[in-house]
Amino acid sequence: MTEPVAPLATIAGLRHRFPGARHAAPQTALDGIDTTILPGMITGVVGPDGAGKTTLLRLLAGLLRPTAGQIAVFGLDLADHAATVHDRIGYMPQRFGLYEDLTVAGNIQLHADLHAMPSAIRVPRISMLLAATGLAPFTDRLAGKLSGGMKQKLGLVCALLARPKLLLLDEPSVGVDPASRRELWAIVAHMLAEGLADGMGVVWATAYLDEAERCGRVLLLHEGRLLADDTPEAIMAPMRDRVFLLDVPPGQRRAAVRLAASVAGVADASVQGDHLRIVLRPGAALPDPSALGGSHLSPAAPRLEDGFIDRLGTVAPTPIPAPATRPVAQGPAIEVAHLVRRFGDFLAVDDVSFSVARGEIFGLLGPNGAGKSTIFRMLCGLLRPSAGRAQVAGGDLIREPAAARARLGYMAQRFSLYGELTARENLRFFARVYGLSRAAQQAAVAAALADFDLADSADQVAGDLPLGVKQRLALAASLLHAPDILFLDEPTSGVDPLARRAFWARIGTLAEAGVTVLVTSHFMDEAEYCDRLAIVSSGRLIATGTPADLRGRVRSDAMPNPTLEDAFIALVGADLRARAA
Amino acid sequence: MIAAALRLRGLLVKEVTQVRRDPSSLLIAFLLPLVLLLINGFSITLDARAVRLAVVIDAPTAPTQDLFQAMAASPYLAPILVATTADGARLIASGSARGMLVVRQDFAETLLRPQRWPAHLGLQVSGTDPNTARLVEGYVAGALQTWLSSHALENRLLATPAATLEHRYWFNAELRSSNSIIPGMIAFVMSMTGTLLTALVVAREWERGTMESMLASPARMAELIAAKLVVYFGLGMISMLEAVLVGTLVFAVPFRDGILPLLAAAALFLLFALALGLFISTLVRNQFLASQLAFLVTMLPAMMLSGMLFDIASMPPWLQWLTYLFPARYLVSILQTLFLAGSVNAVLLPNLAALAISATVAVAATLAVTRRRLD
Repeated sequence: MTEPVAPLATIAGLRHRFPGARHAAPQTALDGIDTTILPGMITGVVGPDGAGKTTLLRLLAGLLRPTAGQIAVFGLDLADHAATVHDRIGYMPQRFGLYEDLTVAGNIQLHADLHAMPSAIRVPRISMLLAATGLAPFTDRLAGKLSGGMKQKLGLVCALLARPKLLLLDEPSVGVDPASRRELWAIVAHMLAEGLADGMGVVWATAYLDEAERCGRVLLLHEGRLLADDTPEAIMAPMRDRVFLLDVPPGQRRAAVRLAASVAGVADASVQGDHLRIVLRPGAALPDPSALGGSHLSPAAPRLEDGFIDRLGTVAPTPIPAPATRPVAQGPAIEVAHLVRRFGDFLAVDDVSFSVARGEIFGLLGPNGAGKSTIFRMLCGLLRPSAGRAQVAGGDLIREPAAARARLGYMAQRFSLYGELTARENLRFFARVYGLSRAAQQAAVAAALADFDLADSADQVAGDLPLGVKQRLALAASLLHAPDILFLDEPTSGVDPLARRAFWARIGTLAEAGVTVLVTSHFMDEAEYCDRLAIVSSGRLIATGTPADLRGRVRSDAMPNPTLEDAFIALVGADLRARAA
Repeated sequence: MIAAALRLRGLLVKEVTQVRRDPSSLLIAFLLPLVLLLINGFSITLDARAVRLAVVIDAPTAPTQDLFQAMAASPYLAPILVATTADGARLIASGSARGMLVVRQDFAETLLRPQRWPAHLGLQVSGTDPNTARLVEGYVAGALQTWLSSHALENRLLATPAATLEHRYWFNAELRSSNSIIPGMIAFVMSMTGTLLTALVVAREWERGTMESMLASPARMAELIAAKLVVYFGLGMISMLEAVLVGTLVFAVPFRDGILPLLAAAALFLLFALALGLFISTLVRNQFLASQLAFLVTMLPAMMLSGMLFDIASMPPWLQWLTYLFPARYLVSILQTLFLAGSVNAVLLPNLAALAISATVAVAATLAVTRRRLD
């Protein structure tokens, strides 16, 4: 790598704005982007939802015309030569762009025809890609009947068919399970190695920072601006010697987070498993562990997320007021015994039992389609169990769902806010729905606006709020009636790391005050914040325990220091093998 | 060239497979025309049959009895004998009778001495529907005329009239309104199914995200459009033939002449309707909105402004001009001619030319709005 290689794409002074929908102002999706895409590596386009990742990929694919600036692909300006370069670009849109009513083979043949591939090239290429992705046994299956992970692979096969020089993948790993995510990465890396001689390069958009760490180069996007354009190592370099793990006694982690955040020199503190992860400000001296409420500080490897947060220019996290502790009744908050739910012949939930103590944060972890949402809906009283018992807050959901529901707060995945109402109007509406008296409504709305830092956005229409603010608003709405139990459905998917930290800090203080929190997620990052986890696979609970427990179960010589994701993949894999046997 | 052929093949295979696996396009192509034709063909009729008529006879005699029988013998009338005019008025008010025939006490007497005083009958007709009212009046007069002449002959009261008017209706000798409505209905059904078939398909590709991958592929927009037109054109032609068969077999509308002009007109109109659907679909990118728009722009003009129900020549001039904008009128004109008159080139050629222009404009407009980009 001594000679400079010709870039696959050059982006100069790029700006893109979308005309505002309805009466909204035009939205600037990207601004001031200057970068190059190099061959021979995976370039990660990294950032939270709404950062401009998809817009950048669509611009590179020639599907959008930039408002200002130039994009050249293979040395040709896209403004004039979009049609010429299409033949050598492989593009996989976010929803894979598959024809669901065509078979796997049908989709592949269509793309082969569109690229006018002669059969002498087509036949061996298709069989090679089918073998590499493991799709060969499924060629006759309708694309609509494939699992998420298989659709993703089929989308990849279609994009790779014509040996593209530039492969653009728009969040290929959203919503698929961790095992499929890793497999996809391996396939793309393999294809890149194979295409190296052709000078192939890959652009991979993702919100997963662990994926980004494996990229050759990372374009870190935040609110349409390029925050960093470098190798992951270089982005993490300033964080070296600034990240530590603090041992804290069990049960005191959350109090320790609040304590640590108030210590000068600490830029960021978060719960990680049974430790506290401390990030220091540049040049800050190592604090005394006992001042942080712990016993021992050990250095830890920085993560890309630390670099991201550092570059976002962290201000000290706003201290979150500790809520008044409420009288904690005895007995478990949620108790589920032998819960079963069938849909026709399909067993969506198969004999699930668990219990959650009051003030505990409990996570249901599993890939899409594992049955998490079905369990959730039964616990919320939205779906009747086929068999089994579910008690929430001491009430039986099956016999008195309304009474049990009044003690629940629920925050849906897409936040279920009314986009046309302002933040204040949304809160008022939910206060009325929960049946609060007029005086209580006003007090609850005022308190929510103050506690959740929403005063500045109170009169903005909810649809125009940034994702992180929407998330705070949705949480505030679900807590208006001071519920004993809070249900969170994939609460932080897609929000930026700062907003995610702040969110979990709030959830931590709620739990400290005695609120029981039940979370579903397929994000391992979210799982780290939980006290206990249950892993759900194909409708069954296959493991329950603290994050440390679950990691410990899969620890081996080959994997001395497993992450939660490693544990998840190993446990789900073992369960599937046991069932197949 | 070979590359273009390969791309087109791929797109055609895809469209055909999708149609085969998607029941909704088959339903629109084959079931919707059948249902529309049957429902509208039976319900929209401008003829009145067995109109209920109240009859008041003040003094029943042999001649009045005879007159009543004559009325009852008419296929168009269903006379009901009532006692008083008040009863008859009640029947009309309640809608149970369309009109009332009053036969006065002196009818039989005056009938015998027409020289002194003409025999007199009173007819009152409900004017709520002027069209039916005129029909009732005509039916009663006709039945009366028939009765009078036979009565006169029997009683040798009058010589055979010196002259009678013998009239014939051309093209539709029985004046069955279905003979003129069904060809119009076929045009109506074609414009709806044609547009609806394609209005959904492009919008569906946008909604399912497949359009994005097509746009990023080397496929040309013209090829994408052509593949859809070809496949749905085939479907549309079959549904056209289905409609013609229903018209001739179920509604017994005669088909005079001209299979070739029929196919030509159907093909051109279908091309127009399909392209219009694609145009709408491309513009709005949303299946629900596209289907609403398709109904709006095809149903209203095809019903009101095509000459199918309302004679264009009797519309105000500005509205007549407006009808030229809606190609349904050209098809209705061609179909009515072919079904009832046969190949009359003076009618067919200008209308076919107008259809050809409409189809060209619609295809060109579709290509103009389809761009290779997402914005």
